Amino acid sequence: MTTDPDLDLTLLRLLGPGEPEVDCDECFELLDRYVDLELADEPAEEILPGVRAHLAGCPACAEEHESLRALVELDHLS
Amino acid sequence: MSAAAATAAPATAPDGWHLDLRGDGRRREEAIARLHGLLLRAARFEVSRRRASLPRLTGGDLDELAQEAADDAAMSVLRRLDDFRGESRFTTWAYKFALLEAAVKVRRRAWRDRELTLEPETWSQLEHPAPSPAATAERGALLAAIQEGIRTALTPRQRQVLVALALNGVPIDVLAERLGSNRNALYKTLHDARRRLRAHLEATGFTGGRR
Repeated sequence: MTTDPDLDLTLLRLLGPGEPEVDCDECFELLDRYVDLELADEPAEEILPGVRAHLAGCPACAEEHESLRALVELDHLS
Repeated sequence: MSAAAATAAPATAPDGWHLDLRGDGRRREEAIARLHGLLLRAARFEVSRRRASLPRLTGGDLDELAQEAADDAAMSVLRRLDDFRGESRFTTWAYKFALLEAAVKVRRRAWRDRELTLEPETWSQLEHPAPSPAATAERGALLAAIQEGIRTALTPRQRQVLVALALNGVPIDVLAERLGSNRNALYKTLHDARRRLRAHLEATGFTGGRR
């Protein structure tokens, strides 16, 4: 958006992703499928549109997405 | 909690979980015990990832938090078993309940003794230093437009939620608890506030942070 990463982060927090997104409840419902698709190298955003935008705009859901992905990746390694 | 405990592999093949939990008698009891172990592993994993936000808690305190999260998650999983449609691995589906419970508990514990500043006038994070005079002018105009938008284009509730979440860094679950609301309702308020603020910026000549 600008040439300043700090300002961009503030703008993202204030203005959100600015594109269609699911809400937190919908994100939670879809998150397991989204992560399994990501880890299978499937086009998760095409199959479940709006999740990626929501994760960009919601820090709490984004943290839980990162954790779920990391935990499932550990399972894949074991 | 040990790193090994947080990274041990699940003991049951993923496809067996759902059928076992729908079984009868001892088969179901054993499946519930295994489920709890799976959820406890996920909860410990999450608490371990967030432990830096809880520097005053002992290992025992953290494990107690993980146990509580696993207990609550087990209740949720069993209550919502019919919602599982096999579109993901069962373990992935179950994990998310434990991660949610643990993450929410960690956020709330980390903010338990902190006073929330819910006054919408606390906009200090909008004061960004700029690398050049030209950038300073452009940035100043943008930040002024944002401040005006926050002041004039939002309802008091939208202003309160936007400032707390987007500027003051209050976790959404903490704010929800203090306001007697929930994450989804607050996010909808945030979403509406963001939409109004974007519309205000566009009306004043800014698109995507640029004029």
